[in-house]
Amino acid sequence: MFRALLTSASVLAFATAAHATEELNALIWCDHADPGLLEPFETANNAKVNVREYEGTGSALALLEQSRPGDWDVFVIDGIDVPRAIDLDLLAELPRDALPMDDIFPEVRMEELNGRDGKIYAVTEKFGYNTIAYNSSKVDPEDMKDASIVFSDKYAGRIAVYDYYLPVMGMVQMAKGGQTATMTETDVSAMQEDLFKLKDNATGVFGVVAAQTALATGEADIVVGGGEWLTAVLSEEQPELDWVIPDAGAVRWSQSIGVFKDSTKQDLALKFVQYILSPEGQARLATSSCYWAMPANAQAGNELTDAQKAALRWDEQAGYLANTQLYPAPDEDLDIAMQDAWAEMLQR
Amino acid sequence: MHTTKTGWGLLAPALLWIVAFFTVPMALMVAVSLWSREKGKIVQTWDLGNYANFLEKSYFMQGLVNSLEITALVTIISVLLAYPLAWIIAEQVPARFRRLALILAILPFWTSYVVRSYSWLLVLGKGGIVNQTLLSIGLIAEPLEIASTRAATVIGFVHFFTMLLTLTIYANLVQLPPNYRRAAADLGASGLQTFRHVILPLTLPGIMVGAFLTFVLCIGDYITPQILGGNNELTLPQIIMLQIGRRADFPMASAIALILMSVVTVAYIACARWLRLERV
Repeated sequence: MFRALLTSASVLAFATAAHATEELNALIWCDHADPGLLEPFETANNAKVNVREYEGTGSALALLEQSRPGDWDVFVIDGIDVPRAIDLDLLAELPRDALPMDDIFPEVRMEELNGRDGKIYAVTEKFGYNTIAYNSSKVDPEDMKDASIVFSDKYAGRIAVYDYYLPVMGMVQMAKGGQTATMTETDVSAMQEDLFKLKDNATGVFGVVAAQTALATGEADIVVGGGEWLTAVLSEEQPELDWVIPDAGAVRWSQSIGVFKDSTKQDLALKFVQYILSPEGQARLATSSCYWAMPANAQAGNELTDAQKAALRWDEQAGYLANTQLYPAPDEDLDIAMQDAWAEMLQR
Repeated sequence: MHTTKTGWGLLAPALLWIVAFFTVPMALMVAVSLWSREKGKIVQTWDLGNYANFLEKSYFMQGLVNSLEITALVTIISVLLAYPLAWIIAEQVPARFRRLALILAILPFWTSYVVRSYSWLLVLGKGGIVNQTLLSIGLIAEPLEIASTRAATVIGFVHFFTMLLTLTIYANLVQLPPNYRRAAADLGASGLQTFRHVILPLTLPGIMVGAFLTFVLCIGDYITPQILGGNNELTLPQIIMLQIGRRADFPMASAIALILMSVVTVAYIACARWLRLERV
């Protein structure tokens, strides 16, 4: 009896050891929480990826301030905020040779944001557009090519606005013929009336889920600031939901991935970054259940189906990249001015 | 002397609890509200800049006004709906069904707050059941704009808080001895007079406790106005989140939170006379 118990205990101990996994803690956007994305990495590396979603770089930085060094290993961050993370000395230098840098679309490599002094600290992993998403059965698609249509009365009461001031104000800047990279506080003051008009025409100003719901349920026929990230995931059920980059251009967003400098699992974290940037990881990330968007690695095209590439408008990217600008990356004073203008608009 | 030491000993755990989880966090919050955020970093020099900022920018004050208006509306409507409901459960429902009635009343608490808010969004939308019903019976020709308005926020809140108030008022009503009503009737009081001069004053503590809880929970809520209000106006909790979301301006967020807390304190002082929890 005793021997049987001892044997059982030994088997149990062995089994437990065999299943012991190394854990990786990743601070992410919701697309990285898809089990379909994480599972191949976890299986291949006998590891468990613990993810924590956040919205807004400010929230992530606050979370990091309350954490101990080493608590977090991988950081997915808004491309324009990578310099903030570098300034705060949060990110480890990444070995250029170990990453598929040459396969990243040149327009989204953005080493001026992802790196400093010739070193890289993050790599662009996914990008897309904040532009005009619409229901093609309810509005005239030709109208959607005119960025100023959302300020006119034609579609008043049928417009939803994406609730993030950087891309939407970037779009307004471009609609007025300006550049997002050179936006100033004077530009912000000058666009206040346009923002008020946009709000007057809108049914509401919505976050990701609510904007998607509004377009899918007919609460709104147009989403200003929407794009493939809003419609592609619904492309099979509602093919009438579409998006376009207006003639005046639109705003491009990007997200980057890096490894925390204080991570005690640098090797595993780098492996995760390599997996995410690999063609397979990129294809899974691009079509993640939370939202779809273009993979940064051009080789991911070999892993995507024709239907997926069509939903992502794979073949039209060259034109889109040429007609879009990265959304504004404001300094402190401009950020305050933009946030104030946005809040004034919301309170109208 | 020995008794005093024993008293302090018994009191110590509660005092430690209050100091650790209330006094210290509150003091820290006051301190943070006096700091500032400059060039992406928190500067720990004390001044009243954040409070001056609150007074200077109109959208902050508008947020306070919005919060107070919505909270007042929700509290009044919830009381008006909850009192008759509590009275029906306490007086009209047979005793053996009262437990079931109370369970049905608190049923909305069993679902996730966020899920419930999104559900209301679908119910109140252009294609939702409310508009579809009104359209089908010919009362309206075009769908009403209910979702993403203040009305939607108020409906979402009232659905929740009516149930909360029903419980506090019910608890008060069932404690009233039936002799009081009989005595009033013997003295010639009509039903209305009995309610006005006997029942209502005696159930006021239950109403006030429920109303105060409604006020506190409603004015500090972020989820409901964010989901159902469609960001068509901002309340103070939404403005607090706006400070944190991208810029992580915790000093400004702390200052606004303390202003919000001051409003709640004023509300407490206003109701303190009736807030006798032991009577509920």
